[in-house]
Amino acid sequence: MSSGETLESLDYSILQQCMHCGMCLPTCPTYDATKLEQHSPRGRISLMRAIADGQLSPTRAFGEEMSYCLGCLACETACPAGVDYAHLFETARADAERSGALANPARRLVRFLTLRLLFTHPRWLRMTGRILRLYQASGAQALIRFLRLPRLLPPRLRRWEAMTPPIRPEFSHQLIRPLERPEGKPGHRVALLTGCIQDLAFSEIHRDTADVLLANGCEVVTLPVQPCCGSLHAHNGDPETAAVLARRWLDLLDPFGLDAIITNSAGCGSHLRSYRRLLAGDPVYDRRAEEWDRKIRDIHEWLVEIGFVPPRGEIREVATYHDACHLCHGQGITRQPRQVLASIPGLRVVDLPESEWCCGSAGVYNLTQPEMADRLRNRKVDHILSTSARIVATANPGCHLQIEGGLASRPCPPRVTHPVSLLAAAYRRGGWRRPGSSIAS
Amino acid sequence: MAPAGRPVASLRESFPGLEILDQAEQLIPYSFDGTAELTQLPAAVVFPRSTGEVASVLRWSSKHKVPVVARGSGTGLSGGSVPVRSGVVLCLSRMDKILEVDAANLTLRAESGAITSAVAAAAEKAGLFYPPDPGSMRISTIGGNVAENSGGLRGLKYGVTRDYVMGLEVVLAGGEVIRTGNQCVKDVAGYTLRDLFIGSEGTLGVITQVLLKLLPPPLSRKTMLAVYDEMEQAARTVSAIIAAKIIPCTLEFLDHVTLNCVEDHAAIGLPRDAEAILLMETDGHPAAVESEAEAMARIARAHGARSLQKAANAAEAASLAAARRTAFAALARVRPTTILEDATVPRSRLAEMIAFIREVSRRHQVKIGTFGHMGDGNLHPTFLTDEKNGEEMRRVEAAMREIFEKAVELGGTITGEHGVGLAKKKFLEAAVGRANVELMRRIKAALDPDGLLNPGKIFDFS
Repeated sequence: MSSGETLESLDYSILQQCMHCGMCLPTCPTYDATKLEQHSPRGRISLMRAIADGQLSPTRAFGEEMSYCLGCLACETACPAGVDYAHLFETARADAERSGALANPARRLVRFLTLRLLFTHPRWLRMTGRILRLYQASGAQALIRFLRLPRLLPPRLRRWEAMTPPIRPEFSHQLIRPLERPEGKPGHRVALLTGCIQDLAFSEIHRDTADVLLANGCEVVTLPVQPCCGSLHAHNGDPETAAVLARRWLDLLDPFGLDAIITNSAGCGSHLRSYRRLLAGDPVYDRRAEEWDRKIRDIHEWLVEIGFVPPRGEIREVATYHDACHLCHGQGITRQPRQVLASIPGLRVVDLPESEWCCGSAGVYNLTQPEMADRLRNRKVDHILSTSARIVATANPGCHLQIEGGLASRPCPPRVTHPVSLLAAAYRRGGWRRPGSSIAS
Repeated sequence: MAPAGRPVASLRESFPGLEILDQAEQLIPYSFDGTAELTQLPAAVVFPRSTGEVASVLRWSSKHKVPVVARGSGTGLSGGSVPVRSGVVLCLSRMDKILEVDAANLTLRAESGAITSAVAAAAEKAGLFYPPDPGSMRISTIGGNVAENSGGLRGLKYGVTRDYVMGLEVVLAGGEVIRTGNQCVKDVAGYTLRDLFIGSEGTLGVITQVLLKLLPPPLSRKTMLAVYDEMEQAARTVSAIIAAKIIPCTLEFLDHVTLNCVEDHAAIGLPRDAEAILLMETDGHPAAVESEAEAMARIARAHGARSLQKAANAAEAASLAAARRTAFAALARVRPTTILEDATVPRSRLAEMIAFIREVSRRHQVKIGTFGHMGDGNLHPTFLTDEKNGEEMRRVEAAMREIFEKAVELGGTITGEHGVGLAKKKFLEAAVGRANVELMRRIKAALDPDGLLNPGKIFDFS
């Protein structure tokens, strides 16, 4: 969608592509939970089509329905007709926001502070991260929670307080140099995207990703200050800001000079491949955006593509893998993360029942739709505990936090990690050393 | 008092506990089923949770003369569950319990809103087999399958939904509840009333419970794929297999257009110049399967198959079946509107019918991919078009009419497994004759004199 697109201006054949056969229904978590058509993909598309046809206006009920959709894209995997639901969904959310049907002062403020301020200014976001870190590491958070002070907050804020991710002491730019070279002559030159949440809460996963790339002969470019990719904005009805961020990225990083642009976060990866659609009709950025989309690679996809070196170090554990929606449904990547895990000596990988069913994180869904999000989290956690796994691997920070949060209340929970972190650990145990470093970090 | 124009208020008053939808944003998603082009907003959608609630709603409907359309998951392909104006949709999706699997009598009892694949899974869990497998079985309801008498891929050997219905619980217009049929294989006490409701498309009563027959599952299966330069060769292969006294469980074909769409979409390595591919599968006792598979392969080669692959294991079988499995998805992506038809002819006339469809497609300049069930003569000519293009839709319409007329002329039917609903109403009389339609009207008049149950479907009744 170009950033100004509405349901009415949209290419109508995208809506028409839905033949309302119903094959999406059993794969939709909100339909499954309610058995109501308005909470199903084809039901939502029928509402979008009614708006495009001028039979319905973007009412409050419409806006709420679009917010109730997880955007997990399981329907895209199930759809026999190849409906581009992501495109429809993002356009519909933008319509709902533009109509103002959902607006109220508090919501407007939160959206401004997050979408327009925090997630467009990486330095401010890191500063916020530092303050949060201080709050958490100083013991203030523990004390406040011990004193049960969050009880005094309104329910929504109380929930947000409980869900603030643990912030890492160091962020990506403190762990990864702007340019790192592998041993010997590099076979590929790649850029590593560090994102927003992943940078604050999981910077060590970026370090692991860089290591895994180095171990496979890639020269790694990691810009020290990186803007948000815009996925948060595109999924939440702010395509204008998403387009601003996309242009900023295209100015910062020239895709023509790289073999691949690597992301290790499913939610970002899914969005990062759609810059061309987002900037459609922009004569300045069109070619660059096309090249950008072509160069984006999920880390697992890239590793398999270049024939990654099997690790020699052992990890003697039982692991299972949760498919992040935006990896399996959004990008069709299911095989490669499993191949990465299967390559690790000693690691026994067991199947996770319903591994492709959304965990309820869904971007900020767990903040905006707590009831459904909790329901899905419990369902996911129950399935995880039904396996004998002591490790849950998943490749998206939202899923990571959501599952970790769900497991925390259960007795002796398995730990949550990223497949690439396991691979990096296996490389290090097998004797691999980062060039220029004497320790195995 | 008759709530003309305000059935919702009356419903709420009469049934305070009933789940009722009546807002535009809630109703629009219930204004269609799986059929292209047909939409109609209902006045309300209600979700009964028991046979008693269904009976109450039908009593209310009868008292206030409000039409009622029964609906399961809304996957029908003939508009059978599309709402009627000012009518109420009776959605049975909340009555989805599997009530009993009886291994001694080989039966399964379920509420009508139970999902077909859940029925099949419950049978499988008990070591048994429910054969009908309509394409939408992952979400279709068993009640909907019975009401439409759905088919599937196993028709030739295992029959269709009708062949597995032993008994029904039905709520009649006016709210009376009847049970017809039982667990006995033999029962000739009076008319076999259950047969009246199978395939009645919700026009004679609302099915609330089904009693199904189960089978022991086949112990082994063998899958093969044959490629032909002429459709006639594939059709003759099928006739020869059956003449050799073999009844395979699957004989599925894809025509030239369809297999090229599959290649465009999934690139599974089908020869693009082939005129037909035939997926064959036999199941049963391992020894019988082995010898039948050999005979089928021999017959296929003798009738000009230019290549024949035999699956050595389940994974290979799945890869041979991939083309057939993706056929519809591949076709559905080509154009904005996909219309899946199901003209059916006697097996022996199949090649002739397929040739006719190609000729019609050329003459009317309409893109049609044909695939389907070669064993039972059930074709799926699939129209790839754009409903927004009026001129093209008129050509589609004309082509469709010719295809239906030809099917009837060859001794076949306008619909093998999708039902008449709204989509084929205008072709019914030509297909079955006036006397048949008149008799249907008399039956309808006897069971639903006010014409409140799914009015306007199958035929007009006033």
